[in-house]
Amino acid sequence: MIKLENIRKSFGEKVVLQDVTAEMEAGKTNLIIGASGSGKTVLMKCMVGLVKPDSGRVLYNGQDFTAMNDKEKKGIRQEIGMLFQGSALFDSMTVEQNVMFPLDMFSMGNYKEKQKRVAECLDRVNLSDAAKKFPAEISGGMKKRVGIARAIVLNPKYLFCDEPNSGLDPQTSLVIDKLISELTKEFNITTVINTHDMNTVMESGDHIIYMYQGLKQWEGTNKEIVFAKDERLNDFIFASEFLRDAKEMRQMEMFQDQNWRSKLPANKKEDPGTGA
Amino acid sequence: MLKGMFSRPENGKMYWKEFMHQCSEIGIGSLGIVLIISLFLGAVTTVQTAYQLVSPIIPRSTIAQIVRDTMILEMAPTMVCIVLGGVIGSKIASELGNMRVSEQIDALEIMGINTKAYLIGPKILGALVTIPCLVVIAAFLGIWGGKMAGYLSGILSKEQYMQGLRQSFNGYNVFFALAKAYTYSFIISSIPAYYGYYVQGGALEIGRASTRAVVISCILILFADYILAAILL
Repeated sequence: MIKLENIRKSFGEKVVLQDVTAEMEAGKTNLIIGASGSGKTVLMKCMVGLVKPDSGRVLYNGQDFTAMNDKEKKGIRQEIGMLFQGSALFDSMTVEQNVMFPLDMFSMGNYKEKQKRVAECLDRVNLSDAAKKFPAEISGGMKKRVGIARAIVLNPKYLFCDEPNSGLDPQTSLVIDKLISELTKEFNITTVINTHDMNTVMESGDHIIYMYQGLKQWEGTNKEIVFAKDERLNDFIFASEFLRDAKEMRQMEMFQDQNWRSKLPANKKEDPGTGA
Repeated sequence: MLKGMFSRPENGKMYWKEFMHQCSEIGIGSLGIVLIISLFLGAVTTVQTAYQLVSPIIPRSTIAQIVRDTMILEMAPTMVCIVLGGVIGSKIASELGNMRVSEQIDALEIMGINTKAYLIGPKILGALVTIPCLVVIAAFLGIWGGKMAGYLSGILSKEQYMQGLRQSFNGYNVFFALAKAYTYSFIISSIPAYYGYYVQGGALEIGRASTRAVVISCILILFADYILAAILL
């Protein structure tokens, strides 16, 4: 579990984070949502140690990451995988070499073992055919998938994704979301996603934190967000008429679902899927 | 930045691989331009020295002596390093700047790699190993270029030139040239690495950082040239 305690960060006069306290639930997909400039990227960078908070603590399973020296941080960092907004692939390396890089740097195995692990990861993200290509030769969606493969190659405990859907078409976005959700469950990873993609929010958000002007404004699940009363959150999430309609439909669906569930015999209530 | 470079490598083999890669990029990559510059520097020095030495009492072989000392003392280390400052400096600054802007440095940090040690260390070490070699090659080629220019333009014969080369040779000049070469190598690699590593913004800033790095490197080379001459000669 990752715990944030009173994180505060400012750049000059501008206060970007104001006493943010939150918990990223273990083994779940945690989303940080908010408008551009709300501080979600800075919050994520504070979590992974790329930005040092002015005050406050980041705790990984109770260990204070912010108070650690570089050597101690290395230990935690090797348990972290991160997917960057622009994928951050190494231009001079092929897809295979990009994924193999963390293994080369930290793993003691021989070349064949490493190659096998790389093949597994590329296969998991459906990119086995692109192994010999360079980042410049593949599409944005493929780059993101290579980024995911590189992030999971060392079996991380924590996966951070900064805007995984930015610059992608809706269909590819769905593929990336599905992949991240599957990996989270498959490997029991604590995933933290920075996003303002509404589809990700509704489909993957086991735990959602809404940031507004550097403050944690709301916290809940993707089911609770539909019924949230927070005006700022509703303005952000359901900005368009289309989304407002979708929200009402989802509310009705969930309401009907609850009614339908209440009619089921007591022993079937836990698993509506098998009871249908 | 330099302080942060000294740490135990995460994987010695990877650091060695990167060091060898940088040696190849800096050394082999700059060989062509060094060849051309040094040949012409030697040739021009011969022709211009002959033009200025009009006294009949000064033997022709003195031209070779002047070319030799000019090449060893100034042309090979300083002129070649100023050109290398442009070639290697802009390459290092733009490469690191691009890595910073495209979050590749952040990606390495997240993996738990000391990016200063892994990205900057091999570049500085590579420059320290290869640039003095390039300077030595430049000195030889410049002297040879002078010989060919003197012979082809009829200024002096090959024998006169060789005789001049052997006259009052001072080995300390070679030490002085190498001292310069090592100092300049450090300047050429560390200044652009600093500007590239700490770049902020986008493509425009990478260009600006690259230009600034080259300009400052060149000024520092000239400054160091004077300081070294004042101290060591």
